[in-house]
Amino acid sequence: MLTNRCFARFGQSAIKVPRPSRGYATASPTAAFTGNRESNGKYKVTLIPGDGIGPEISESVKKIYAAAEVPIEWEEVSVTPVLKGGKTVIPDTAINSIKKNTVALKGPLATPIGKGHVSLNLTLRRTFNLFANVRPCASIKGYKTPYDDVNTVLIRENTEGEYSGIEHEIVDGVVQSIKLITWDASERVARYAFHYAQASGRKRVTAVHKANIMKMSDGMFLSACRQVSKEFPDVAYDEDLLDRACLQIVRNPLPFSNRVMVMPNLYGDILSDMCAGLIGGLGLTPSGNIGRDASIFEAVHGSAPDIAGKGLANPTALLLSSLMMLRHMNLNEYAAKIEKATLDTIAEGKSITGDLGGKATTKEYTTAIIDRLAST
Amino acid sequence: MLRNALSVATRSVVRSRTATTLSAGFPRLTQRAPTKYGGVYTVTLIPGDGVGSEITDSVKEIFDYVNAPIEWEQYNVSGVSSAGQDLFKQAMESLQRNRVGLKGILFTPISQSGHISWNVAMRQQLDIYASVVLCKSLPGYPTRHKDVDFVIVRENTEGEYSGLEHQSYPGVVESLKVMTRAKAERISRFAFDFALKNGRKKVTCIHKANIMKLGDGLFLNTFRKVAEDYKSVGIVANDMIVDNTSMQLVAKPGQFDVMVMPNLYGAIISNIGAALVGGPGVVPGCNVGTDYALFEPGCRHVASDIMGTNRANPTAMILSATMMLRHLGLDSIANNIASATFDVINAGEVRTADMGGSATTSEFTQAIIKKL
Repeated sequence: MLTNRCFARFGQSAIKVPRPSRGYATASPTAAFTGNRESNGKYKVTLIPGDGIGPEISESVKKIYAAAEVPIEWEEVSVTPVLKGGKTVIPDTAINSIKKNTVALKGPLATPIGKGHVSLNLTLRRTFNLFANVRPCASIKGYKTPYDDVNTVLIRENTEGEYSGIEHEIVDGVVQSIKLITWDASERVARYAFHYAQASGRKRVTAVHKANIMKMSDGMFLSACRQVSKEFPDVAYDEDLLDRACLQIVRNPLPFSNRVMVMPNLYGDILSDMCAGLIGGLGLTPSGNIGRDASIFEAVHGSAPDIAGKGLANPTALLLSSLMMLRHMNLNEYAAKIEKATLDTIAEGKSITGDLGGKATTKEYTTAIIDRLAST
Repeated sequence: MLRNALSVATRSVVRSRTATTLSAGFPRLTQRAPTKYGGVYTVTLIPGDGVGSEITDSVKEIFDYVNAPIEWEQYNVSGVSSAGQDLFKQAMESLQRNRVGLKGILFTPISQSGHISWNVAMRQQLDIYASVVLCKSLPGYPTRHKDVDFVIVRENTEGEYSGLEHQSYPGVVESLKVMTRAKAERISRFAFDFALKNGRKKVTCIHKANIMKLGDGLFLNTFRKVAEDYKSVGIVANDMIVDNTSMQLVAKPGQFDVMVMPNLYGAIISNIGAALVGGPGVVPGCNVGTDYALFEPGCRHVASDIMGTNRANPTAMILSATMMLRHLGLDSIANNIASATFDVINAGEVRTADMGGSATTSEFTQAIIKKL
């Protein structure tokens, strides 16, 4: 029976590649920022401070932005779930604010453990069609790890794949989980990856896959990437097996600094955290969720309730995420200015926070960055 | 296949026996011993694609030199085209006869019209459910991380590699990941028994149960239940989410001892592990079940880019072959070959290109033979 089943699949024919039928993925290059300035010349951005250390690090970002005179007006909202119709949901004010501003910055959220709570991140992802998760990782001078030449960008499909949530127990002790791959979602994330490559000056897109084993699902993801690559003749395209990618990045991350990696959900989840590990953990890595209806930039680290309120937290991840946001909004000069001040402050090593081996408080670190902004 | 899994006892399948990577045991072959005539074992040899034939040649030379009582039954199967299917079937029959094999990696085409992975087909059909990969820093060969020493125990026959996929609507593909309690239990037991016999202290279950609550949840819960049985012998059990694991591995690999995980995560973690200690050329591995044992490099790469250039590092294959010798109870030969290999690497004079040297595969092999 075994033999039969395994060999019956030899003759399987190639699956058909559908023509892109829907418009949203193809019409505009991607979910580009289209917000307008308010009458005071500023953009409105929704700020979700989050839980635990969230308020402290958000405060730090706000101060730095004020000092750098970034044309942004924050609209602070809370996403603490409220009861509505017997379900816990995100308050409408938060949803409406993000919908209107189309850009948000979000601190860490403590996910309540237990049944009945929907994951807030998942809800936000669904509500705003956040289809691509962008995770750049670059070595930070002044914080030594075994790797000092990391500069990777990874784009992860964010809506389906292994995280489809479709699972069932067929009989006792036998569970099926379904990995769902659709052409539309694959194409959409591929297109964003190419667009990102073009915009960021990286000249290559590498699709990471496991299509030797999952021939149809990952195979379709690859077909979508290949088709999109034809529209971007100035960006090189290649494919790499998941196994190989892991091996190569950990052995020597340097060759990956000229490219953007794009991959399905689970691989992206694992690889993005692996890259974060190379540069010293989640406290230093920014993240952006690009969506059709809005884009949310966030710190992916935890809410660290143990040091909350003590003024010891490191705001770097949220700050770097906010810089991704500025670049998304085409406010590149401000992003470059703040980035330089931040990295220089860390490289100098005088006023860095405890997690980086320093003794400074959040406030001292923030002030050091602001001083540097003023002096340049 | 699933029916098989259920009929395979959910009892402990591990029997006491000394023969493995280090000093302790894999499951004893149940029904009959490996084929052995006049003190000589017959072993199926499948060199595989890419660098396979070069690195198995190296093993053959060394075995010839030490007069290892092994007779090879060689099948030059190639996965590059489906034409090799008949030969592949013969190789499988040979494996079923001999019960022990040494193999390189067979190429698997990515195209949808290509054949399924024969590597996976072998593991599923022979039910060699446990893949063991040993990641240990090599003395004399410093990498970015010091003192790495952990074992990856990977479920080999189900999960994402079920091969069940369908297109339910144009542009919508479903791929099934199948997890069963029986297989989760047997791999968990294998990991704990391995830890016990090799004097290791901690077993970590790697999972993604926060997202795949049922599938990985079943794996994790079964693991926890099995862990109860090993509490009294002092083995610590904990668990970690796979994305965090990969982050921890590249930052602080010292915290891991024995890790047990479903199939796909094993592919990822074993490659990260290999990268930590020096690459796919130095990490040995094996696949064992109740009836069969198949030894192959732990990091399953074909390496067609350096194929035929005599530059491949045969260390992984040689060490895998020594694991095989131990499995057959030929410990002293195994120890001689392994220590000669480690000595050559430690001396640092003869190394292949992947370890920063300039020696060819054959020069490296000769250096080992000289040490013997």
